Amino acid sequence: MTMRSISLILLAALAAVPLFGPGNYPLHLMVMGLLWGFIYTSWSIMGRLGMVSFGHGAFLGIGAYTVVLLWNLWGISPWIGALVALVITVVVAVMIGYPCFRFKIVGHYFALTTLALSEVVRLIIVGLREQTGGSLGITPKSALSDGVTASVGALQFSSKAVWFYLMLGCWLFALYVWHRVDRSMSRMALEAISEDEDAAASVGINVNRTKLSITVLSAVMTCLGGVLYAQYQQYVNPETVSGIGISLQMVFGVIAGGMFVMLGPTVGAVFLMLLSEGLRVLIGNEVLGVDITIYGLLLILFIIYMPKGILGTALDRVQAGGAKR
Amino acid sequence: MDQIFDIFLLEAVLNGVLLGGLLALLALGLNLVFGVIDVVWICYAELIMVGMYAIWWLHSAMGVHLALAFVAGILLVGVLGACLHQFIIRPVLSAEPINQLLVTGGVLFFLQAIATVAFGVEFRNIGVRLPGVNVGDMNFSLARMIAFGVALAAIAATYLFLTRTYMGTAIRAISQDRTIMPLMGVNPSRIYLLTSFMGGALAGLAACLLVLQYDVHPAIGLSFGPITFLICVLGGLGNLIGGFVAAFVFAQFISVGGFFFQLEWGYVLAFLFFIVVMFWKPEGLLSKRK
Repeated sequence: MTMRSISLILLAALAAVPLFGPGNYPLHLMVMGLLWGFIYTSWSIMGRLGMVSFGHGAFLGIGAYTVVLLWNLWGISPWIGALVALVITVVVAVMIGYPCFRFKIVGHYFALTTLALSEVVRLIIVGLREQTGGSLGITPKSALSDGVTASVGALQFSSKAVWFYLMLGCWLFALYVWHRVDRSMSRMALEAISEDEDAAASVGINVNRTKLSITVLSAVMTCLGGVLYAQYQQYVNPETVSGIGISLQMVFGVIAGGMFVMLGPTVGAVFLMLLSEGLRVLIGNEVLGVDITIYGLLLILFIIYMPKGILGTALDRVQAGGAKR
Repeated sequence: MDQIFDIFLLEAVLNGVLLGGLLALLALGLNLVFGVIDVVWICYAELIMVGMYAIWWLHSAMGVHLALAFVAGILLVGVLGACLHQFIIRPVLSAEPINQLLVTGGVLFFLQAIATVAFGVEFRNIGVRLPGVNVGDMNFSLARMIAFGVALAAIAATYLFLTRTYMGTAIRAISQDRTIMPLMGVNPSRIYLLTSFMGGALAGLAACLLVLQYDVHPAIGLSFGPITFLICVLGGLGNLIGGFVAAFVFAQFISVGGFFFQLEWGYVLAFLFFIVVMFWKPEGLLSKRK
């Protein structure tokens, strides 16, 4: 059997899960795993090419808050809201990306500039507390009632299975984009750029345009993740969708899973989710902070001892084993 | 009406100056570490939080005299800084720079969470409230004035240490050329350890000054952590004088911006200003053109 047929069978098995009625909680976990897998994969599209952004919380926040605010204030459908959010995201990504790349802001400086961006978005959300509810967060007005379990116009579904297939589609789309970028000339160009910008430019690579297009792609997909997060959770809060915390979490999820392999970010997302859920079940909700303590400790250990991430290291092992035989 | 308005504006400006001194101290330790070891401690503000908790615990729970608690806090965070370097930074010193940034991010989560486990999410204060000082119609907090004075003194002391002592000269030499200095008989790992201890001790000192003004809680690092990094970057990472100037510029944005609008908008203005400056002078405000 080829890799292709194995992955198709696994995918079919995954898609069939809701048909067996696994119960609300496992289904919820799978939906969240797919959603964060989608978002982390979006981040890794630019992260793996040497552009480590700490600002993706900004795009997530723009996506989540734009749809909720337009829906709550003026009753504008989240479909249109998502389009508006995407346009805002493109504008913001270009406004930040273009000067950054034009003036060769890389490495630490790029990470910290984008960190400022995600803090700006968080503070603006908190500052507009009349409209956004500030730090308390906001709930989109429900379009569902006793008889109505789905509203396509309002992008609200009470059935978790609908969300599962929606997220599955988005996640597959992200993997497809990752794959296309992986096989494209842009990736060759960007790897050359992350090694040496001047040398890359000297062989005729348009450094700024290549970096900018990947950045916009990654930002737009992250924004879409924010839209889906808000519509699925039916609650958003400035701390959970923007600012330094979530931005760092995205980076760590990807590092933990493996930045340079296609399913790495997804493995990271599932790993982090199972870790926090598992610890919550084991320890309970009484003792706050234990899960994050272990999470922080693991991140330190990962970066020191396993910088390629879980999946990256595992694949290396398999390959090394194969070579010996 | 104009008269009153101007006095309040002046008060905001002067409060901004006082805040600037404190921010300059916050930036100093981080900048020192970056300048010498070339590593950004994303968890720097969390070290300060640990210091604040240590002082609070010693003073409020154990009944230790406040001055002693301050000394203990400074030493503790200094040792913590040295440990951070020895056990976490050193293994990744030769890895990619971004990994060094990320590993301290892991420390950030760890310290924040361990504080939550140990002390809960409640706001704690040491129960010392210093009075305000009236100058004309303006009102200033004494704690802020003390913080301003101590911060300036600490900055001056650090500057003198770096320029007037043998050890300080060695530290500056290492930061200028990492490959040549070991050949000249300087042991870089000892210098790194000492610098990390100093960076930590400066964070401990900042904790002493902050605990007089603010309640401590596990997430307090997030409220002034980002601003500290931005000040350092704005001044040019590793550039001590640049960081000093940038702290006062930032403080004015926060204080005067918060005077005209709400406090968050002061921060938003400061961050936007930061982004604009990054495009104008990517190497920081006081950079020399290469």
